[in-house]
This record gives sequence, C-alpha cells and structure tokens, in this order.
Amino acid sequence: MKPAKFEYLRAESIDQVVQALDQGDGETIVLAGGQTLMPMLAMRLARPAMVVDINHVAELSGVEILNEVEGDGELVIMACTRQAEALASPLIQEHAPLLSKAIAFVGHRQTRNRGTVGGSLAHADPASEIPLAALALDAWVSLRSVAGTRRLPLADYFHGPMMTARAENEILLSLHIPRAPGTRGAGFHEVSERRGDFAVVAAAAVIGVDERGVCDHAALAIGGADGRPRRIGAVEDKLRGQRLDSVAIAGQLSEIGAALAPGADQHAGAAYRLRVARVLAERALLEALAEAGP
Amino acid sequence: MNNFDIRATINDVPHRASVEPRLSLLDFLRDDIGLGGTHMGCEHGVCGACSVLLDGVPIRACLMLAVQADGCRITTVEGLCNDDGTPGLLQDAFIEAHGMQCGYCTPGMLISAQALLAENDEPTLAEIKDAIGGNLCRCTGYVQIIESIQLAARRLREAAR
Repeated sequence: MKPAKFEYLRAESIDQVVQALDQGDGETIVLAGGQTLMPMLAMRLARPAMVVDINHVAELSGVEILNEVEGDGELVIMACTRQAEALASPLIQEHAPLLSKAIAFVGHRQTRNRGTVGGSLAHADPASEIPLAALALDAWVSLRSVAGTRRLPLADYFHGPMMTARAENEILLSLHIPRAPGTRGAGFHEVSERRGDFAVVAAAAVIGVDERGVCDHAALAIGGADGRPRRIGAVEDKLRGQRLDSVAIAGQLSEIGAALAPGADQHAGAAYRLRVARVLAERALLEALAEAGP
Repeated sequence: MNNFDIRATINDVPHRASVEPRLSLLDFLRDDIGLGGTHMGCEHGVCGACSVLLDGVPIRACLMLAVQADGCRITTVEGLCNDDGTPGLLQDAFIEAHGMQCGYCTPGMLISAQALLAENDEPTLAEIKDAIGGNLCRCTGYVQIIESIQLAARRLREAAR
C-alpha cells in the first residue's frame, strides 16, 4: 500500500505542465487534488515515472464569467479549482445551480477540500456527479498540449469508464458552461449506499419554461447506468414544447431504458439500475420544473 | 530519486525535513515527525482515520504527499490538546460522553469535529452528521460521538458567554 518510486515536479505554469507531459512518453501523470490518484498510486494501479503537481499553478484555479455580451458568455471553471471552492462559489450557484447541487453529493469535507473539478472530469468515473451535471449543462472542456488548445463538447469527451478523449500529452485545462437564462430550474438526485459515497445511479435535469408556461429547454442525464454519463435525448425531445406537470413528465420516461446499458456489480444489478434511473429522472425533472419560471 | 526539502508548521512548531516524493503526509507525520496520534486506517482515502487540518481545513493525510505540505500549516490530533498537554475541550467532551470505543477512528473524528466547531458552535444534528460523514467508526459508536460533539459545542457556547 505504498506507491512505487516516481520523480516529482512541482509545476509553476501551464507551459511547464504540458512540456513535462509531452516529454513524458505516457509515463507522466498530473497530480491535482489527489483524491483518486493517490489511492491508485498506493495500490500501484498507477506507476508513473513522473508526477507533475499542478497545485501551485495559480492560473489553473478559479471561477469566472468570460465573453460576457448581453447576458451571453460562459462560466469558466479552471481545472484545479477545489470542489469545496466550487461548492461555495456564488458564480456557480447563480449561473450553474445544477453543478452546485451535484457537488454537494461529491465525497466528504475532507475530500472536497482537496479534490478538484478537473480531477473528476479527467478521471471520468461513470457514476461521478460533476461529469454528469456538466454533461446536462451542455458544457465543454478545454484540453491543452504543447501543440495548442482544443475545445470538446462533453458529449464527445467521455468515451467509457475512466476513458476520455484526452490524449496522454494533454492536460484538462478548464470546464466551460454556456450561460443560460436565469429562469431555468435544476434538479439532481442520486442513490448511494451512504451520503458521499459513489452514486449507484444519479440523475441530473435542467428545465426551462417560457412565458406561456411551455417547456423551451429540457436536459436529462443519467450516471451510473452505463459506461459513461448519458444524455437521454428521446425524453428531452418529448418534454420540449409541452406544458409540463408531474403527469406529463411521468408519461415521457418510458424510453430511458433504451438509452442506457447498465452493468451489474456488487452494489446493484442492471435491472435495479434501470428502475432507479427512471425514478431518479422523474425526481430530478420535477425538482427542475418546480424551480423553472417564465 | 531526488529528495525534496520541505518546511511545514506542525502543531505550531516549525519543521524542516528532506522527503522522498512518494512519502505520504500520513507516513511523514507518523514516522518522520513521530506524531502517532494520526491513525493509519485504510491508506486509500475511505476511512478518515488519518484526517488532519491543512491550513485550517480537514483533509486526509493519506491522500497527500509530504512534499505537497511544503509551506503549509498542519494540525494533528496532538495539536488539539491544551498548552500543558492535558486534553482540550473537545477531547474532554469525547472522554466524558464516551465518544469512543476502540479509539481507532477517534483522531479523525476529533479533527472533523474541530473543523466543524471552529466555524459553527451551534451545529444541528444534520450538520454534525455531515461533518463526520467522511469518518468511519467500525465499532459503530456514532451516537455517542455525536453526543460528544454536541457536549463540546455546548461548552464552547458557555465559554463564549
């Protein structure tokens, strides 16, 4: 339960990080909050030659609004922003309340004080909350290598359990959430063995309602019921354009199962996960609807 | 493999040390500094027995490298004592309300409770449960742990009056 030997670099700039990754030949790994990497090192599931510590790269931390033009723009969360900071951030509470609700379910105080937003996205556990909420918010990630920066929508970023589009020589730089009208509501529900544990299944929803009371935006995402977080487009399409209430929502959830391919493990079987996904989706959508206003 | 020189203030005492990169903060505190109060439980971030305060906030010492503690201020359970070495207010409450059975989780519970009470001396039951949510007690003596924290909170409020 002790890590194998590795070289250590305390990076001071993003350039230094990407150079180290570029020269690392796949044997270099980024250390952010360490809440996943440290156990992997201790159990020797990860045996990097070099660990690049990004905790002192000031430009990798912080939350801001960018490209603000008449209410548009995006909320940018830098990768090494602590989950505890993100949870307390008034900017995130105002512009991405779904993410605030999701982070409240992430781990415990001790882990949120170190764990980072980017770390959750880079690790890409199929049941983790931050990737799920970000996917429901139509977010993007920025990835940087020595060759430059590219942006990817999260729909293209998650490939499978702990697998993403990030190349070995890239660092996940930041999460970008498009600013949405303040009238949208957000809902997040999950089932876990204990509060703070990994979700068995989780559901995230965003609902927008226009001045006539008709749904003009619907996002529903399910985690823990497939190899990666999944948007349920078939349900979203049916909700949009409707006057929503609890009956209308309950009536449109039958197609959730078709979009998911849950696995079975010691926590739950596939049939249970599908059943719970539907119940949690309904709760998340109702919570979002209750918050949405014209 | 290069060692790194670090400086850290541990329980208000400045320390300098040379550490191997792979050394965890937990092993550093126990083996190099000789502070055995911080317990080693699961060593992979599940049990919370190794909780310490890093610059005032609770973290898990097994999930941080010693080299990362360079320039930091760390409080271990030993740092919760009074200046004369007798148990501090919170520790006293744990003794009085029987907030421990085997004692293995106790240092982590104390650290989590200390962090809670530092910002909130009138915590609700839900807030206490949330604060110690990351600490496992396998004796399952949670009720008395919670009562200990409630007793400490009451005494803190009385002392503040």
